[in-house]
Amino acid sequence: MKKVFDRPQAMTEKQMHYCPGCTHGIIHRLLAEAIDELNVREKTIGVAPVGCAVLAYEYFNCDMQQAAHGRAPAVATGIKRTNPDNVVFTYQGDGDLASIGCAEIVHAAARGEKISTIFVNNAIYGMTGGQMAPTTLVGQTTTTSPYGRDSSHVGYPIQVSEMLATLQGAVYVARVSVHDVPHILKAKKAIKKALEIQIKGLGFSIVEVLSTCPTNWGKTPLDSLEWLQQNMLEYYPLGEYRTPEEGK
Amino acid sequence: MAKQLMKGNEAIGEAAITAGCRHFFGYPITPQNELPQYMSRRMPQVDGVFLQAESEVSAINMVYGAAGAGARVMTSSSSPGISLKQEGISYIAGAELPCVIVNIIRGGPGLGGIQPAQSDYLQATKGGGHGDYRLIVFGPASVQEMVDMTMEAFDIADYYRAPVLILGDGVLGQMMEPVEFNKPKSRELKPKDWATTGAAGRGPNIINSLAMQPEKLEEHNWRLQEKYKQIKENEQRFELYNCDDAELVLVAYGTTSRIVKSAVNQLREHGIKAGLLRPISLWPFPEKAFAQLPDSVKAFLAVEMSAGQMVEDVRLTVNGARPVEFFGRTGGMIPSPTEIIEKAKAVLGGDR
Repeated sequence: MKKVFDRPQAMTEKQMHYCPGCTHGIIHRLLAEAIDELNVREKTIGVAPVGCAVLAYEYFNCDMQQAAHGRAPAVATGIKRTNPDNVVFTYQGDGDLASIGCAEIVHAAARGEKISTIFVNNAIYGMTGGQMAPTTLVGQTTTTSPYGRDSSHVGYPIQVSEMLATLQGAVYVARVSVHDVPHILKAKKAIKKALEIQIKGLGFSIVEVLSTCPTNWGKTPLDSLEWLQQNMLEYYPLGEYRTPEEGK
Repeated sequence: MAKQLMKGNEAIGEAAITAGCRHFFGYPITPQNELPQYMSRRMPQVDGVFLQAESEVSAINMVYGAAGAGARVMTSSSSPGISLKQEGISYIAGAELPCVIVNIIRGGPGLGGIQPAQSDYLQATKGGGHGDYRLIVFGPASVQEMVDMTMEAFDIADYYRAPVLILGDGVLGQMMEPVEFNKPKSRELKPKDWATTGAAGRGPNIINSLAMQPEKLEEHNWRLQEKYKQIKENEQRFELYNCDDAELVLVAYGTTSRIVKSAVNQLREHGIKAGLLRPISLWPFPEKAFAQLPDSVKAFLAVEMSAGQMVEDVRLTVNGARPVEFFGRTGGMIPSPTEIIEKAKAVLGGDR
């Protein structure tokens, strides 16, 4: 019998802990497939965040370092500056990257650090139980914005891709989504491109991936995909915000 | 190699390079700025990496990444900056990564001042960051010692897979003294086969300080404690000066110990049997030094540029067997031999 579909080499067989309907599993797989296709598994070093993906080091079949909350870009910088020939990625959620680790990601991007960041934006803190994130939409209810996010009180959600695209060192900035198959395929392309840009030594690359959190959104997996499309896509438009061509 | 006149902060930098350090991540703060400045000039000359981070927090996490990737790596700062680094230091200790950290102490708390102090002793030796961990802490008293200790610190860090802290102060960082760079006898070090270098031909290496199951975390903690026990046994360093027949033993480290040495000499001229016990390793605290003291010792006097921090370790070690007195100046003030002598006489009783 011909095998037509298999687990990527860059993934372990470990069963993931993610909630049903969460798209972390899909995003992990896309990154692993890209690593396989570029044939760089044996030179890849990943950095796991604090947050839902804290155990990412158990799922990727490559060298991994686990970082303190928000510090993954700094840790990745230390790794890359030590081993410039390795492919180094960070995998970070929105609390990790856009809140406590805002300085680290901005400066890694500004330095043009030759690393790639996969930034998973589900507009909420997942692991700590559904608190407001810097990416929580205005009006969105969370456990720490029980009356809905009030912009007059806590301001506005940060559009990370738009912000980082203003930096010269950020060579590739793209926002994708994984709410349906065509978008998943586009997300895969962007992730692979981000790694390729790193391998070519062009500078910093980041792919923001819009993701779901059925547990903390209080929705079924299917309703969550629906909610993402109806609410997140408008405030977080998809597309390539910066490419190497523009950077020239 | 011939002796050369060097500033303490710069000498540390050259010592690190001599010891094979090729990665330095730092952030400016007075009075340690000459060290990152020196590294920014020297590292490119030796194919090394100097990177000025956006913050102390970032710098120490770059150290974590580089150490995990197998580098000989160093960072430096001064008191408020070291406070910011504590998060990363706890992670580095938890993940068992070797690195060298330099703290050129200034007065605190808070922003404090920029003058020298020893008021980070407790932070350095008792923790500073969260969790059950210790740092190996060395307190040099001269620019030459800063050089020697920095060079050895890299080996010690690699040997134990643990961070080593060089605890200096603004005086030592800023003073110029003649130094020579004699590479210490190297320890037998195991290859860093645990480092993240890409999993070619082997299973993945993981650098991590997370252990979600309490049984696993406890196991990890006891293993760390076992390592600290070994360090306590093997790495205690101290100097005993004029202690053979001493009635009063002054205990001081770093810059203060040099002033105390003058005070001891002057006390001896006045016929007072004073001696100096100088802890060189601050953690492990040199308990072995106290065991070597003669029965003639009537009292101890801890002298520090703090409101009284190391004196707690002296009291713990003496354990009530003798009185332990304290004299200190804070805020960037340096104790004078005269005031130390006065205090020493008072400790021994008014009849002197």
